[in-house]
Amino acid sequence: MTTTHVPQSVAPEAATASSTTASAPAAIGKAARLLALSAGAFMFLFPFYYMVVGSLQTEPDSSPGGAVPDPGDLSLDNYAAINATVPLGRALLNSAIYTGGVVIMSVVVGALTGYALAQLRFRGREALFTVLILLQLVPFTLSLIPLYILIVRDYGLGDTYLGMILPGAVNATGVFIFRQFFLAIPADLFDAPRVDGASELQVLRYVALPLIRPALLTVVLVTFIGPWNDFLWPFLVTKDRHMQPLAVALANYISSQAGNADNPFGAILAGAVVLAAPVVLLFVLFQRHFSATNLSSGVKG
Amino acid sequence: MSPDTASITAGRLGDVAGKKQPPRPRRPVRRLLGQHPIGIAFVTPYTVFLAVLAAYPILLALWISFHDFFFTAPGVDVPKPFVGLDNYADVLSDPLVRRSFVNIAIFLAINVPLTTIAALALAAVLNAVLPLRGFFRTAYYLPYVTASVAVVAVWLWLFSRDGLVNTILGHLAPQPSWLVNETLVMPLIALYVTWKQLGFFVVLYLAALQNIPRQLYESAAVDGAGRLRIWWSITVPSVRPATTLVVVLATIWGANLFTEPYLLTGSGGPNGASMSPVLIMYQKGIQQGKPDFAAALGFVLVAAVLALSLLNRRLLERE
Repeated sequence: MTTTHVPQSVAPEAATASSTTASAPAAIGKAARLLALSAGAFMFLFPFYYMVVGSLQTEPDSSPGGAVPDPGDLSLDNYAAINATVPLGRALLNSAIYTGGVVIMSVVVGALTGYALAQLRFRGREALFTVLILLQLVPFTLSLIPLYILIVRDYGLGDTYLGMILPGAVNATGVFIFRQFFLAIPADLFDAPRVDGASELQVLRYVALPLIRPALLTVVLVTFIGPWNDFLWPFLVTKDRHMQPLAVALANYISSQAGNADNPFGAILAGAVVLAAPVVLLFVLFQRHFSATNLSSGVKG
Repeated sequence: MSPDTASITAGRLGDVAGKKQPPRPRRPVRRLLGQHPIGIAFVTPYTVFLAVLAAYPILLALWISFHDFFFTAPGVDVPKPFVGLDNYADVLSDPLVRRSFVNIAIFLAINVPLTTIAALALAAVLNAVLPLRGFFRTAYYLPYVTASVAVVAVWLWLFSRDGLVNTILGHLAPQPSWLVNETLVMPLIALYVTWKQLGFFVVLYLAALQNIPRQLYESAAVDGAGRLRIWWSITVPSVRPATTLVVVLATIWGANLFTEPYLLTGSGGPNGASMSPVLIMYQKGIQQGKPDFAAALGFVLVAAVLALSLLNRRLLERE
């Protein structure tokens, strides 16, 4: 292992690095760090492993030996059990429509707003941006009760997809990410098509958007997580079981089964795996899009 | 065509530069609405969303909190009299509300320092060149992107009376068990949330660490500073803006705790030991039909969080 460092230390930039001489204490320090990190990673990953194991055990075994499953004892019975109470197909469809609605709204409205804020000069631009940042500072908790009154009571949008989607459309993450990417493009680039008589919408569609294709994927991925995982708001809006997204349906199953059945964990864990799998998969596949700048852009502006 | 180069410089600078130019013929519409009036059309949908779904609800919440408000059938107009600060008085004198604020204080006292220290330490280790760095980043980040409802299910199983944690602890297992133990339940929820959100804060710190100029470390090494000295004199002060953000965000998220006590302890049990303000807002405002009480509680909570955040910022930035 240490021999691989030798050619590096010859390189001029690497000469400044502290690890030029792989002395014994440095190697021990590195090993210790790796060990600590591995122990930490185990703590972070074990619950996920345990979730899958428990969901496959006919009778979830909570003894230490149960963490290493017996291949003969594994079955999909728990998935059938949760599916009998919480029809998974319907719940997944509800989750998909709710999430898809928020994502489409965030992309369309976010691209329009982000482009205008970054590249167009018009009256009220600075004011809008200030208001946008200020409103991000107000926690959702404050608008929880009035939004419930407006959407569920006044407009009768309880148990509808629109009622679930609407508050998500205010999510400013898309606006911030798009604005950030559009700011990085020199304004000159848009002048040529304008001179040629392209409308501003055409400039956005055919010139600006193709230039920031990575941002598009980032916005889709980052806004996907929110509604897919969200519990509180869709929980308030949906009382009809056929309209509940999976997170809400599973939560209701957990709170009605806790202490009820003898061993309800198998079915609960099976539901948890189905709920967690799509996001985990997307995250592992598109990891680099989930950087801090993207995720915290909603906060930093 | 027009000398548009000024608009490359973003924002106000561009406008100022534009004004300094010799007067050129401009249509009155542009003088009134700006260089690209179409921009107003572009931002209209979002502005309407903001007004209807963000600004108006907050004003409505404020109005509700000062009135005797109750649910009526749509279209039925029943007088809702102004009651001044009565709702606020009810909130502040409610023993369960007080309990929930004590619970949140316990939560924050554990969660915020633990999150800050663990996230910075992990980020510093991850920032070093290491094998498997990508794997570690993914591992630590995974709980943050996964639905709380899904991971709560595993924790529920792990910490149940006959769960894995208690079977490993054997005689050392707490009596009563974790989630029904009045002393242990809030610390356990604080640990859970720390675990769940740590990855996000690690990535935040990683970005801050990568912005520290290398020369700072190099000149410190030349001056013969030890590792601990470098850590305290360069790393910690350099990431202070990130630290402020971490502390403020962790405080805000913690104060809005809902899903965890709702699912882990069956709505705030045992005996209200894990009751949270937002859980009370749900129970009072929606289940028991007292939105006025819930709205007032919302403002009390936000005021408390704001005060705490300002205090934190002061403390963090004074050092």
